[in-house]
Amino acid sequence: MTDHAAFRGLGQAFRLASAAVLLTALTSISGPVIGWSKAYASPTATADKPSTEKQITGKKPGETADHSKFEILQQDFKSGPEVTKACLSCHTEAATQVHDSIHWKWEYDNEKTGQKLGKRYVINAFCGNVASNEARCTSCHAGYGWTDMRKDPPAAPEAVDCLVCHADTQYYKKFPAKAGLPITEPMDFNGKPFKVSNLIEAAQSVSLPQRDNCGACHYYGGGGDGVKHGDIDSSLNKPSKDLDVHMAADGGNMACSACHSGSGHVWPGSRYDMEAKPQARDDEGKKLPSFAMRRMNETASCESCHTDAPHQGKTLEAIKLNNHTDTVACQTCHIPEFARGGVATKMLWDWSTAGKLKDGKPFALKDDKGHPSYDSKKGDFIYEENVKPTYSWFNGQFTYVTDNDPVDTSKPVILNALGGSANDETARIWPFKLMHTKQPIDAESKKLVYMHLFGKDSDAFWKSFDWPNAIKAGQEYMGKDYSGKFEFIETRMWWPITHMVAPSDKAVQCEECHSKGGRLEGIEGVYIPGRDDMPLINWLGYGLIILTILGVAIHTIFRIATRKQRQH
Amino acid sequence: MTDMTSASSPATGKAESSKAKTFHRKVKNYSRYERFWHWSQAILIFTLAFSGFTVHGTIRFIPFATAVMIHDIAAFVLIFLWLFTAFWTFTTGQWRHFVPTNAGLWDVIMHYLVGMMRGQPHPYKRTLSRKQNPLQSFAYFSIMTVVGPLLWLSGLAYMFYSFWEGNSGNNDIFSLVVLLHLIGAFLMVAFVIGHIYMVTTGKTLIHYTKAMITGFEDMELTEAEVTYLETHEPDRIK
Ligand code: HEM
Repeated sequence: MTDHAAFRGLGQAFRLASAAVLLTALTSISGPVIGWSKAYASPTATADKPSTEKQITGKKPGETADHSKFEILQQDFKSGPEVTKACLSCHTEAATQVHDSIHWKWEYDNEKTGQKLGKRYVINAFCGNVASNEARCTSCHAGYGWTDMRKDPPAAPEAVDCLVCHADTQYYKKFPAKAGLPITEPMDFNGKPFKVSNLIEAAQSVSLPQRDNCGACHYYGGGGDGVKHGDIDSSLNKPSKDLDVHMAADGGNMACSACHSGSGHVWPGSRYDMEAKPQARDDEGKKLPSFAMRRMNETASCESCHTDAPHQGKTLEAIKLNNHTDTVACQTCHIPEFARGGVATKMLWDWSTAGKLKDGKPFALKDDKGHPSYDSKKGDFIYEENVKPTYSWFNGQFTYVTDNDPVDTSKPVILNALGGSANDETARIWPFKLMHTKQPIDAESKKLVYMHLFGKDSDAFWKSFDWPNAIKAGQEYMGKDYSGKFEFIETRMWWPITHMVAPSDKAVQCEECHSKGGRLEGIEGVYIPGRDDMPLINWLGYGLIILTILGVAIHTIFRIATRKQRQH
Repeated sequence: MTDMTSASSPATGKAESSKAKTFHRKVKNYSRYERFWHWSQAILIFTLAFSGFTVHGTIRFIPFATAVMIHDIAAFVLIFLWLFTAFWTFTTGQWRHFVPTNAGLWDVIMHYLVGMMRGQPHPYKRTLSRKQNPLQSFAYFSIMTVVGPLLWLSGLAYMFYSFWEGNSGNNDIFSLVVLLHLIGAFLMVAFVIGHIYMVTTGKTLIHYTKAMITGFEDMELTEAEVTYLETHEPDRIK
């Protein structure tokens, strides 16, 4: 206590200064508080209102040609290939380009895993295999007349189907059982009249593909609307903003190719090899501009438009949310549920019960919501709507079980195992539809078998409902060894969820993951605040607090007990 | 603290009996800034504990998101407050009160455990130069130098994990950060409970609380101290 006056002067100045700084600190921090709810997505990603009724694609249609004015398109077309020939007379390279695409080849060489994938080879947890069921399955081939998976698709340029992708869908529809051809004369499918295509109108209506063009096949994967993906079904033709902000007419009004934007008839964004955490920064950690990202990454990802710091504003909330983007995929929060558009998706498929007959005839049942629950051709199903995804670490890589891999039947067999874990810097937590299936394998070699389902022959399961023959025929068709014995096993298949992005105010809320038993309950390898405990420190910590309180209590009792004494 | 008198050595503040004359006077022991920072710190720590343990999942009276926002803002304010106060304690010389001393620590502990029950006087005589008894300075010093920094360093690391953790995918260090923060948090809560209780052990239950509100406190002063205050710091004595 020497020079107190000097200290007092300093103290006074300090008090003033500190008051001022604290006040500024408080106000600068409370700015963000007020802005809590204002963390919104990047405005660079909000598209202009559509000027035409067409959806927004990667590039704006030039509209320099009106196809209805071309003489060559005013013929009385008799078949699809005839139309294609006319198209190719101007679009000279189109067929060659299509021939190079997965839409044509149904073949995907995964360089990372060395696996040969694609519809031509994969046995999945839905209809199983294309092979031996061609004319049915190839109704979704981007061509005409591919009737044998063991051979390449037909080589003739006019076997390419231009219309399925480019024609107005009201004029054109591929018949389900004619290897990709439409019908031009009335005909029934499954006892009901099928849409007759109008090839002349179709040829004159062409444009860049709209969602219903892609959807004509992709909505119906697995044999019906919404069956396969869960996040892709016909509700995306005219989605509300709540269902999909990007595709809604009053939202982004985007066509599929706005994100799956390729050129030369090759569209990026295959599920067979994904990018779970797209590179959004350069080597120095600077944000890459959107155009650079689009060039570097094959497919548009959320990041290509929204960057890896998509929650805008300098608010604390925005910063906090942006801190998630290295471990959590955008889809995880922004697609709270899939199958939200009123179309149910198939969650379970049990092939083992297929083949039951009533009075010698196949039959079908529906559940109380009107969704199919049994079909003699296919077995038991569970369809669901508004499904919460299953979450997992994912680095974009799938490893498939091919027809050559023996499986371990002691637990459900995952047909497309996910790559990635908490320690994998290219992995993030992704949402999935986890498909549950029972399907046949060779009981001895433990390998997946081919099911011969469709066909006019008596071996086809859908003709005679005889599993032994149907499987034997499938194996023989592919020239595969077969012990003659089969069994049904449980399989699982992961389907990444990335469409049906909800508006930001419908995104998954913090608590839904940051709590015990929340959405991310099954995610391993990372400490999630609110979900996780540190058992030891919790014991010690709560113990310490209880002991402190106990100590206080005992001390108080003694104080009260000895009070009288002390007053003497 | 009744008829004990103080000719104590300012360094230890240890009471020694002597016959010097003493005066009961109201002395301003806590400056306005001290009181401000004490109470704002109290509110902030309560807020932080409440919101922190909501984040931790111990309690859920408020939504997780709200808790995170409150916690982070309160944390920033508290860090500012601590930095300022650290600066203040040094520039004003107040740090002296906090330097821990073992002298008499045991006596003080024994007093709270036994002596107090018997109505014995506090073995420590607070003086102008040492406002705190050895147990207090030990506790406050640990809080200020160990628990506090542990909390805010781990807290800042926790808050900005994505900047240092980056893309490395290494979650072990993150877990360690959480662990340290939790250790700090539990110690802090235990301290607060103990502290609030100890505050009730003054002459009356609210003696200390009142002092921390008004700043003034009844003290026994030596003649020299009275003279010193009256001439050099007249504001501090009534
Ligand atoms: C003063 C600096 C502090 C900082 C910078 C800080 C920062 C943080 C951060 C960033 C979190 C993660 C959740 C969130 O973002 O809000 C957190 C969690 C937590 N904080 Fe603090 N905090 C501070 C002080 C305190 C204090 C004083 C307490 C309690 C007395 C406390 C108790 C907790 C608890 C219990 C958790 C939850 C831990 C878990 O389970 O993950 N914090 N803190």
